[in-house]
Amino acid sequence: MKLSALLLSAAAFAVAGAMAAETPKTGGVLKFAVSAEPPNFDCAAQTSFAFIHPIRPHYNTLLKFDTANYPAIKGDLAESWSMSKDGLTYTFKLRKGVKFHDGSTLSSEDIRATYERLRNPPPGVRSVRQASYADIDAIETPDPLTVVFRLKKRNAAMLTNFASPWDCIYSAAKLKQDPKFPERNIMGTGPFTFAGYVAGSHWTGRRFENYFEKGKPYLNGYVAIFISGAPMVNALAAGEVLTEFRGQSPADRDRLVKALGDKAVVQESPWVCSLVVTFNTRKKPFDDARVRRALSLAIDRWGGAQALSKVALVRDVGGLLRPGYDLAASEKELLTYPGFSRDINASRAEARRLLKEAGVPNLSFALTNRNVAMPYTPVGVFLIDQWRQIGVNVKHEQLETRLYLAAQQRDNPTFDAALDFNCDFMDEPNLQLQKYLSRDRSPINYAQQTDRVLDDLFDKQSGELDKKKRYAIIREFEKRALEQAYTIPTIWWHRIIVQDRRVKGWNITPSHYVGQDLADVWLDQ
Amino acid sequence: MSTAINAIAYKVPKRRHAVLLFMMQQPLGAAGLVVIVLMGIFAALAPWAAPYDPLTVDYGAMLAPPSAGHWLGTDSFGRDVASRIIYGARTALAIGFIASFLGSTLGAVIGVASAYFGGKTDLIIQGVMDVLLSFPIIVLAITVVAVLGNYVVLGIDVNLIVAIAIPMLPRVERVVRASALAIRELPYVDAARAAGYSHTRIIFRHIMPNVVAPYLILLTAFVAQAILAEASLSFLGLGVTEPTPSWGLMLSGAAADFYQQAPWMIVFPGIAISLGVFAFNLFGDSLRDWLDPKIKL
Repeated sequence: MKLSALLLSAAAFAVAGAMAAETPKTGGVLKFAVSAEPPNFDCAAQTSFAFIHPIRPHYNTLLKFDTANYPAIKGDLAESWSMSKDGLTYTFKLRKGVKFHDGSTLSSEDIRATYERLRNPPPGVRSVRQASYADIDAIETPDPLTVVFRLKKRNAAMLTNFASPWDCIYSAAKLKQDPKFPERNIMGTGPFTFAGYVAGSHWTGRRFENYFEKGKPYLNGYVAIFISGAPMVNALAAGEVLTEFRGQSPADRDRLVKALGDKAVVQESPWVCSLVVTFNTRKKPFDDARVRRALSLAIDRWGGAQALSKVALVRDVGGLLRPGYDLAASEKELLTYPGFSRDINASRAEARRLLKEAGVPNLSFALTNRNVAMPYTPVGVFLIDQWRQIGVNVKHEQLETRLYLAAQQRDNPTFDAALDFNCDFMDEPNLQLQKYLSRDRSPINYAQQTDRVLDDLFDKQSGELDKKKRYAIIREFEKRALEQAYTIPTIWWHRIIVQDRRVKGWNITPSHYVGQDLADVWLDQ
Repeated sequence: MSTAINAIAYKVPKRRHAVLLFMMQQPLGAAGLVVIVLMGIFAALAPWAAPYDPLTVDYGAMLAPPSAGHWLGTDSFGRDVASRIIYGARTALAIGFIASFLGSTLGAVIGVASAYFGGKTDLIIQGVMDVLLSFPIIVLAITVVAVLGNYVVLGIDVNLIVAIAIPMLPRVERVVRASALAIRELPYVDAARAAGYSHTRIIFRHIMPNVVAPYLILLTAFVAQAILAEASLSFLGLGVTEPTPSWGLMLSGAAADFYQQAPWMIVFPGIAISLGVFAFNLFGDSLRDWLDPKIKL
């Protein structure tokens, strides 16, 4: 079974190469599955695929990733762009004649309003990407088709930030009327207009006839069907839905390959996604670094990764950056960090000692988790078992996505520890390390801590364009973050996508957020 | 003059123990009772009866088929299926009995009160019960558990129990009310009223004992429904959560992913649910037959 999956994967990559030569066909409605529903419709506040898969096709961004050549970027609303020699000014020339779905014309003012809202959200608006754009000093619009970003300091990640799939461009006029307009309304320039949303059932998009790229999108529309678990796999196996863009487990892959036979195309990739445990440092005893470190030391990441990779979509052991990425720690370096030793018995002995020293040898707490089965449940069960082995009793609280996110994101959270996800649209320390920045600098830091040492190290690496020096600073950051253990990585994900062979024009990348505007997707039927 | 008294010798029938009598007269019910008692014993003695700790993950034994080491195989975490079924009996019985007792008892009290007071009180109560009865048990339970969320006390989700008990309440209320309506008209209830007894005393001392038979029958029958409801809610992700051993939960999640590769992950918990529900249904039916004088005649 596994062999057949691998052969199909190999065939899929061969097919992917050949696909470039295929002439796209127009028409058809793509039905795909999404295993959770969006909590609201505002790109600025979202971090979940549940939002991006159904909603991203309604919007454009300034730049976007060239999925066939990831991590290369290309223009989306920007026709061209340039960076000044000092790295402090970015100038974008916009495409002419881009229309919003309400018929109004896109201008540089819309870009400015969108990014102002991202970096300085007005009261009542939530932007989880403030930190990404904190280095922007000013946004200027010298003419309707030119937008200039002036930076306070150099930022190694800034250009690729502009390709973020989360930065949906909104109408300045609509934002002026109501800054919270995007929370409940869909109105972008994207290849598909909003056609309907039935909560608990599906989301529908219809081809935007005035889309700026002539001939695109190829599809007449799409239907995102909210379905999860075994019913979703059954729907894929029966051809009721043609794909699911997040990822399937190894067991589901094998089952789908068996069911679909030569209709299946399997694509696999490492994933810029990890599950992390966030400790609420405002609550006792998680305000004590010894307790947090003990809980990290108890986890047998190496053994767990090997075992869980057989039943869940996780595979690699890594630190704060994806294993295999240029700036990630090597295995040799990882082994020196707390919680990454291969001698799990010694680590657990140290963990018990630390808990005893902290006065909580029989610690009990609740682990808040998401009720999305894969990979949250298996990793949650794994962690609870690991902690039991040092005498810690953990209650598992699995919540529906909206409640799960709310539990961590509220101003004064009451959770003890949460199994959070750290998924990004690209490999970039400025993104992956944001979770570890102080709370006042990062809205996605749910651990609530303030650590100025980490903040300083983050700033240093962010402004460092020399790769070797940046690597060294990141190691310092990583070592401190893992010693303090406000938020600890568990196991990195591995992405597996099984699609019906009729779905064309879609390429797998290490991120399930990228390449989801569906502008290039077509159906071979 | 002497008076001879001729004593009449009556042959007093040998009085058998009620349980023994039940078992002789209702063999199917007795079989159900044996299964229930066995379940109870396994649940109570789970730490000794189960070969493994149901929470212990063994990645070296993932998805192992039934063998001498693991009689019913292991799941995707290498946990022993037999041990999880034995511990799962605790969850099933605890939630089943408590929910059924809560729903049936409240239903009985409300039913008797409704019948006793009559008039507007009866009308209002019956209106509320009609609304509750219009929902299928599982739909109402899902609604209640979704609204209330989880509230775990001593390892038992109290809201889950409430969610299962509420749909049972109107069903018991209706049956008990019907019995109580007939009892309300009997002379001894009038006598109690004339003697000036309080409503509470009349309801609990004079009417309730006479509706015990239908109450007990429904209580037993609803244990089976409560076990099924708990399994259904856990299967839907609304009941107990991993890693707590629960029969319904064992059928969902990873079991659904691996049912082709490791069918024992769903077959044995499925058998446990079926057997448990079947046993309670058999016992409940037999108890009804045994307690109902009309059927006895």
